[in-house]
Amino acid sequence: MTTMTSPVHERIAADIQDNDVVLYMKGTPVFPQCGFSAAVVQILSHLGVKFKGIDVLVDPSLRDGIKEFSNWPTIPQLYVKGEFVGGCDIVREMYESGELADFLRTKGVAANA
Amino acid sequence: MAMDIQEVERLIKQGLPDATVRIEDLRGDGDHYAAHVESPAFAGKTRIEQHQMVYKALGGRMGGALHALALRTSAPESA
Repeated sequence: MTTMTSPVHERIAADIQDNDVVLYMKGTPVFPQCGFSAAVVQILSHLGVKFKGIDVLVDPSLRDGIKEFSNWPTIPQLYVKGEFVGGCDIVREMYESGELADFLRTKGVAANA
Repeated sequence: MAMDIQEVERLIKQGLPDATVRIEDLRGDGDHYAAHVESPAFAGKTRIEQHQMVYKALGGRMGGALHALALRTSAPESA
């Protein structure tokens, strides 16, 4: 994980600490602006997981900052209990294998089977 | 903003020389690809690390010139 040097990194660190499940995404959970973000919202909703959606499109510094913070080039990005889980492909793969629900429960986050 | 499918494959193989790379052009528009990358170098790595290795091979093009690359990575069964 990157060192906390910029205010945006500090903000990200605080957000993922204060919220069990955080999705950095394009658009909002109600109105996703990108198919990949929409796919992750759909998976989380299907699992009945409460999450905080953070729209990177409203803040260019956050859009770049989260990519640096995670060392990950694309949005969406899912964090659970402060831990980076992955982008759309990994989340989808974990969901399809049932691994995501297990992982969430291991982390103490309620999720439907 | 599009990238040639051979170029995507070339870059991945350049970064991960022992990888088996299969790429599909999902929409035929040169902009939405799906890649399956299998490499012994992935053994013992998390999925995040495996994907980061592929992104590194793509040299910063992911999320830029390369808009959409659905990625699936694995280590060979025998590794």
